Amino acid sequence: METASLGEWLDMGGYASYVWPVYGIALAVLVGVLVHGLRALRGEQTALDGLRRDLPSERESNGEA
Amino acid sequence: MLRYANPNRFMRLARVLTPWSAGLAVLLTAAGLWFALVDSPPDYQQGETVRIMYVHVPAAWMSLFCYVVMAVSAGVGVIWKHPVADVAAKASAPVGAAFTVITLISGAFWGKPMWGAWWVWDARLTAELVLLFLYLGYIALIHAFDDPARGLKAGAVLALVGVINVPIIKFSVDWWNTLHQPASVVKMGGPSIDGSMLVPLLLMALAFKAYYIYVLLVKMRAEITAGKVRALRLRQVHGTA
Repeated sequence: METASLGEWLDMGGYASYVWPVYGIALAVLVGVLVHGLRALRGEQTALDGLRRDLPSERESNGEA
Repeated sequence: MLRYANPNRFMRLARVLTPWSAGLAVLLTAAGLWFALVDSPPDYQQGETVRIMYVHVPAAWMSLFCYVVMAVSAGVGVIWKHPVADVAAKASAPVGAAFTVITLISGAFWGKPMWGAWWVWDARLTAELVLLFLYLGYIALIHAFDDPARGLKAGAVLALVGVINVPIIKFSVDWWNTLHQPASVVKMGGPSIDGSMLVPLLLMALAFKAYYIYVLLVKMRAEITAGKVRALRLRQVHGTA
């Protein structure tokens, strides 16, 4: 592989249209699931912080704040 | 395990582990991609399409692994009323479904040039498709009831009954003599694939595992935080705060 050119590498021995979509789709699906999770976490955390402000008597020693 | 039935104790541990699992996933993916796409030889029969294997096989392993984690967690959650186990089962399902989708799609992109068909009703392919439906069925069931506890119970029953599909997928290539090739990595007498291909395969498998731990922690933290938000809103409504 060391001597091959970039174009040759991208061509994947003529199988470019099979190899690259696999890597692209896998990346898209995995990043999508991750971003969905991170957004949910941030959203819930913001909601929780807001509620804690509204309820100052709320003293849960759970290390969440 | 039961020590972490306390969601607050789990949250503290999860917050520490999250960045480490993320870093590990990034490093392993970078190393895995380097060996998978650059520093490994083409196969003498399959040429460059062998590189599809480095996504396909680890994703297929993960599709089964996530299912077992989901089913065991769902069972533990229902039987021992372990709240963190319920959350783990719920968080595991979409990740496992994602790996199953990747397995099926990457398999199609490998099947077309090698078998001449995107899809065949081969035993293993069919069983893997059933696995996807089990994941989707579980996700649908746990959200189908007004009472979340009933949803989790119904989901746990489906998940545990569906475990029967895991050995069917694993041994399908031995029980039915169809198109999908039999195991070449995990078998008696050691792997029959060359070290130059085993390295990217195992690196990608570890990368997927680290990714799974990372996403699982993020999703579980989101779910537990959502539970606290629900509880606080209820208290607010009832004016007991």
